[in-house]
Amino acid sequence: MRRLIIVAATSAVALALSGCSSGGSPSARSSSTSIAGTSITVYNAQHEELTQAWADAFTKESGVKVTLRNGDDSELGNQLVQEAAASPADVFLTENSPAMSLVANEGLLATVDPATLAQVPKAYKPSTGTWTGIAARSTVMVYNPSKISADQLPTSLLDLQKPEWKSRWGAAPSGDDYQAIVSAVLANKGKAATLAWLKAMNVNAVAYKSNGAVMKAVNAGEVPMGVIYHYYWFIDQAGTKENSVNTKLAYFKNQDPGAFVSISGGGVLKSSKNQAAAQAFLKFITGKAGQDILRTGTSFEYPVGSGVSANPALPSLPSPQAPTIDPSKLNSKDVTDLMTQAGLI
Amino acid sequence: MLVPVGFVVFVGFDIGWSTLAPLVFRPKVAELLSNTILLVVIGVPLCAALGVGGAWLVERTTLPGRHVWAVILAAPLAMPAFVSSYGWVSAVPSLGGLGGGLLIAVLAYYPLVYLPALATIRGLDPALEESARSLGLSSFGVFWRVVIPQLRLAIAGGALIVSLHLLAEYGAFALIRFDTFTTAIVAQYQSTFAGPAANALGVVLALLCLVLLISEASTRGRRRYARIGSGAARPAVPMSLGRLTWPTLAGLAAVATLALVVPGTSLLHWLTQPNAWQQRDLGTTFVQTIGLSLGGAIAATIVALPIAWLSVRYAGRPARILEGAMYMASSLPTIIVALALVTVTLRLIPALYQTPVTVITAYVIVFLPRALVTFRSGLAQVPVQLEEAARSLGTSGLLTKMRVTLPLMAPSIGAGAALAGLGCANELTATLLLAPSGTRTLATQFWSASSSVAYADAAPYAVLLIALSIPAVAILFISARRRPTA
Repeated sequence: MRRLIIVAATSAVALALSGCSSGGSPSARSSSTSIAGTSITVYNAQHEELTQAWADAFTKESGVKVTLRNGDDSELGNQLVQEAAASPADVFLTENSPAMSLVANEGLLATVDPATLAQVPKAYKPSTGTWTGIAARSTVMVYNPSKISADQLPTSLLDLQKPEWKSRWGAAPSGDDYQAIVSAVLANKGKAATLAWLKAMNVNAVAYKSNGAVMKAVNAGEVPMGVIYHYYWFIDQAGTKENSVNTKLAYFKNQDPGAFVSISGGGVLKSSKNQAAAQAFLKFITGKAGQDILRTGTSFEYPVGSGVSANPALPSLPSPQAPTIDPSKLNSKDVTDLMTQAGLI
Repeated sequence: MLVPVGFVVFVGFDIGWSTLAPLVFRPKVAELLSNTILLVVIGVPLCAALGVGGAWLVERTTLPGRHVWAVILAAPLAMPAFVSSYGWVSAVPSLGGLGGGLLIAVLAYYPLVYLPALATIRGLDPALEESARSLGLSSFGVFWRVVIPQLRLAIAGGALIVSLHLLAEYGAFALIRFDTFTTAIVAQYQSTFAGPAANALGVVLALLCLVLLISEASTRGRRRYARIGSGAARPAVPMSLGRLTWPTLAGLAAVATLALVVPGTSLLHWLTQPNAWQQRDLGTTFVQTIGLSLGGAIAATIVALPIAWLSVRYAGRPARILEGAMYMASSLPTIIVALALVTVTLRLIPALYQTPVTVITAYVIVFLPRALVTFRSGLAQVPVQLEEAARSLGTSGLLTKMRVTLPLMAPSIGAGAALAGLGCANELTATLLLAPSGTRTLATQFWSASSSVAYADAAPYAVLLIALSIPAVAILFISARRRPTA
C-alpha cells in the first residue's frame, strides 16, 4: 500500500515534469548523418535569456532540440567534474573561463571542431583547443558622480587596497564574475600580492551577492563606486534605468588587471553521445548568426567571432588597454583558496 | 535520512583534521557563528512570543475583529521568506545585518509557532483555567502557570522548527547581505562545489543543530497532554482586554504592516511595471512546481507518520534518537543535502540521477520535521485510552490505527502535509541541483531574477508562489481552528 502511494506520487510528478525532460537520444550519430531530430543538453552558466535565444535560433536552423540546465560557472563546472563520464551534458557554456579550465583540466572536454575554432580570433580562445570563446565582457568601475568625481577615481584596481578606500567600494566576491577578475590579478601579479590585496579588500570593500546588487547600491549612494562587468549597466540603461540612472562607468587603463576582459567559453563534453549536434551548436554560436544575437539582442555582451561588431551602444573592444592573459591559465581553485584565506568567502 | 549527515562527516574525515582545523578556527567562522547564534537566540523567543501571544489574543480575549485577526496573523505563512526579503530590500535597499535578518526571519516564521499554539489553545479545556482562577490566580497568572505549560509541546515544537529554519535559510538572508553559516556554505559551494571549507562549515552547523535538539528534548517532558472525560469541553469565556484594547490593536496592525503590507506593496509596484509579465514559461513553471510540491508533501507524510507514532507512543531513547536524526539532516543547508544526493546517486544509482525521485527524496529529508512535529502534537492529543478501548473490543492493531487514531489525527495530518508542501514549493537549492534539466519551478525562476536585481521579472513568480501557497495555508488554518472532536 505504502509503496503503491510512493509510486503513484512519483509517477504523478514525473508526468508533470515530462514536458521538460531532455529525452536525450541515446544513439550516437556520426557527423555524416543528419542531426535533425536529435536533442542535446546544455549546462548553461551564461545568462539564460542569451542562451535561450541561441538555442531557439539553432533549433530552428538544425532541428536539434536544446534543453538548458541553468546554473553558475563554478557550480556547473564542479558538477561536471563530479559527474565525469556519467554526465548527461553535451555542451558547457560559461560566463567566465576559469570554470571552463577546471573542466578542461580534468580531461572532460572534446577537441573543438577546427571549423569552429577558425571562426574565433586567437585572443578569444585558449591555446589548447578544448574550448572556445563565445562572448566577452569587460571589467568596469561603476561610480556615483554625486559621491565621487571622475578625477578622484583610483587608476588601478590594486589601489583599492589602500586605507583611503575603506568602505568606499562594493563588489560581489562570492560571484564567479568577481572571482574571474581575481584570477586575472593572480595571473598578473602573483600569489603574495593577490593575497595582500584580497585581505585589504576584506576590510575595505562592502560585499554584495551579485553585480546587479553592487550597481544598485552605487546608484542609491550606499557606496560611491563598485567593481562590476560592463553589461549590467548597459542592460539597465536600455531598460528602466532604475538601478543605474545616477551612475557612470569608468574603465581602468594601461593593462591594469582592472581592465581585464573576461572570456565566456563554450566546450563539448567528451562523454556526450551527441557529438555531431553538440559541435554544430558550438559552431552556430560562434558563427555569424549566433554572434549577431550578441550584437542585436539585449545581452550587451561583446561578440568574439566571425567578425561581428559589438552592439552600437557599447564602446569598442578589444581594448588595447586590457592585460594579455592566456585564458587557460586562469585558475579557479587557487582563487577560491586565496579568497577563503583572506576571509572573503 | 542520514545520508547528508554521513556525507558531511565522511568528507570531514576524508579531508583530515590538519586541513580542517585552520578552516574552522578562523575569524570569518567566528563572525558567522556569532551571527547565527544571535539570530537563533533572539529570533526564536521573538517568534514564540509573537506566535503564542497572537494565538491567545484571537482565541481567549475580547479583541475586536478577532476572527479577522486570526486569519491575518496566519497569512505571512503564504509569503515565502525570500519573497518578503525581496519586498523589503526593494523598498529599503539599505536593510541588512543582524537587525534586517531578524526582522525578515521573525515575520516570516512566527506563524510556525502561532498555528500550533492556536490549535492547542482551542483544544484546552477551560475548566482547568477556571479552577485556577477560582483558587485566586490573576489573569496573567492563569496564562503563565496554566495555559503556557499546556502549550509546551506546541511551543517547543514550533520553536524547534523555527530554529532549524533560521539555521538553514538561504535566500532571505542572501538578498539582504546578512551572513550566516548557510549563506557562507552556499558561497563556498558555488565556488568550489564540495570543497573542504564548505564542509568544515557544514560540520559546525551540524553541531549547532545537535545543541538545539538536545535543548528541545529537555523541555519536552513526559506528561500526558490529552483530555478525556465525559461530555465535551465548554467553550472558554473570553477575557476582556479593557484599556489594553487599543494598544493591542495597534501592535497587531504593526505586525501586519511589517509582515504583509510592506512586502506586498513592493510586489504590487513591480507587478505594475510594463515589463513584468513578459515571461513565457509561467504556465509550465506553475505546473511543475505543483507536481514536485505535491509529491514532496505526500512522501513526507508517509515517512513521518510511523515516526511520529513511535515518538509519542514509545517515547524512549531509541525513538528520540531516530527522531533527532531526522531533524539533524534537515538543519543542514539544502545544498549539502543536495550534494550528498548527487554523490550518492551518481556513484550508486546513476539511473536516479537528475530525476524527480531524487528531488522528492531531498524534500522529504529537508521538510520531514515540519510534518513530524505537527503529527506528533496531533497524536499527543489523541487519548491512548480510546485506542485501548478499541483494542479491547477486538479490533486489530492496524485496524485501530486506521479507524480510531488516523481520523482523530486527520486535522494534524492535513496541516503537516500542507506545511511540508509549502516548504517544497519554496525550495531552491536542492531543486536546482537535483531536478531534471529544463525543470523550472516558481522558486528557482524567482530566485534567478531577484538575485540579479531584475525585480520586475521576479514579481509574477512571487505572486504565483503566493497563490499556490494560499490553499496550503488555508488547510493549516482550518485544521488549527477545528474544534477537537474527542
